[in-house]
Amino acid sequence: MNIPDDRKYSETHEWYLVDGDVVTMGITQFAADELTDITYVELPDADQEIEAGQPCGELESVKATSDLLCSVGGTVIGRNDELADQPELINEDALGAGWMLKIRVADLSPLEKLLDAAAYEKHIAED
Amino acid sequence: MNQSPLHNMHVRLGAKMVDFAGWYMPMMYRGIIEEHNYTRNAVSLFDVSHMGRLRFVGDDVEACLQRICTRNLAGMQAGQCRYSHICREDGGILDDVIVSRDQDHWLMVCNASNHAKIVDWVRKQTTGCKFELTDTTMSTAMIAIQGAQALDECDRLLPFEVKSIKRYRFISGSYLTFNYVIFRSGYTGEDGFEIVLPAKAIPLLAPKLLGDGSGEAIIKPAGLGARDTLRLEAGMPLYGHELSEQWDPLTAGQSWCVDLGKDFIGAQAIRKLEAQGLKSTIVGLELEGRRTARQGYEVFAGDRAVGKVTSGCLSPTLGKSIAMAMIEREWSDPGQALEVDFNGRRTPCRVVKLPFYKQKK
Repeated sequence: MNIPDDRKYSETHEWYLVDGDVVTMGITQFAADELTDITYVELPDADQEIEAGQPCGELESVKATSDLLCSVGGTVIGRNDELADQPELINEDALGAGWMLKIRVADLSPLEKLLDAAAYEKHIAED
Repeated sequence: MNQSPLHNMHVRLGAKMVDFAGWYMPMMYRGIIEEHNYTRNAVSLFDVSHMGRLRFVGDDVEACLQRICTRNLAGMQAGQCRYSHICREDGGILDDVIVSRDQDHWLMVCNASNHAKIVDWVRKQTTGCKFELTDTTMSTAMIAIQGAQALDECDRLLPFEVKSIKRYRFISGSYLTFNYVIFRSGYTGEDGFEIVLPAKAIPLLAPKLLGDGSGEAIIKPAGLGARDTLRLEAGMPLYGHELSEQWDPLTAGQSWCVDLGKDFIGAQAIRKLEAQGLKSTIVGLELEGRRTARQGYEVFAGDRAVGKVTSGCLSPTLGKSIAMAMIEREWSDPGQALEVDFNGRRTPCRVVKLPFYKQKK
């Protein structure tokens, strides 16, 4: 499974790519495969403040509806609007074209608690 | 946990396996939507070995099944199948089953989730009846070949004359010492067959139908995920969703499989319900937008809660969000505008006639 080491991972299966004070996030390929075909994505609006560890959106797949969690708090400065019509991008390319949010964060410290690629790989092997 | 005789094949094919009613079964292989579309456009193989298979032999079988089943089984010929419900005294649905009559025995196929309950119920309700009930679920296996090309492919690949089997009929016999039953039936809204073979024979046949992994075969495997969205588009009820002990067959919208002219367990209660008028019924809903209504979501007419969703999906064939729901009768006419509550936010929908999808002839 593709788990690049340029980013951080949460135990709830999101990825976080840091660039300065902007974090791009999405869900991992493992999560996308587990959810099966994703049919609908609800993301927060741009400029919305989101709180670390709280649900900030919803993912619907053929099998289930689940909350989208985000481990960092901050201001949403971008979201992937292509997912509205093409939620399958998440299944096809969860780490790339399936990205979800860009968040400007004031505090990068929650990221320190997240897993690196090796630890995440171990986490899903145990899951 | 029970494993299908095809377990090794599923693993080899890379299936995503799930626990389904105590069985470890394939949910999908390549993707639920892809497998769904492939079934509509071509043909798929489903392992349905988890379904209960009960064999009845003896003088009193017909009379006893008549008492247990809501459907009238009188006059059934060898080679015929009938869909029926099994109800409690109060009319609550215990299961939906397919009853088949063969030359010297009868076969009942029930849901995996109700298997133990139905065996218990049948035994309890038929004490003193002269027949032998054999549970053949573990000694046999069952696959379904379903799809637009199911007839042609089965005709090409099976050593039997299958095209001449009529809908809801079957053939049975022995081939190379293996007993087989081939039903012209299914649960996808497409034409096709359901095949019962000895557990030890199915691992020989199923991989052959799939081309032994050559990639050239027309029949491809599909999992229980696609089976669920296919049956939903076809407006077919699923036990635990549209059917349950809290509802009777009329309320569940399945009056066609109830014969109130005969006596069966639950008949009295159902006659009474019919005379009083039904409070609710199962309807189809078409929702605006792409969101999927899940089981248990409330349905509103203005401020009034008028029912609940029983199943829903984003229909791969129609490209629309569809659902079935148990709705109060006065709000259940086709065209009725309603709203589904998604966690506090309402999505408009309207009642439509079932099925959502009908196979092109």
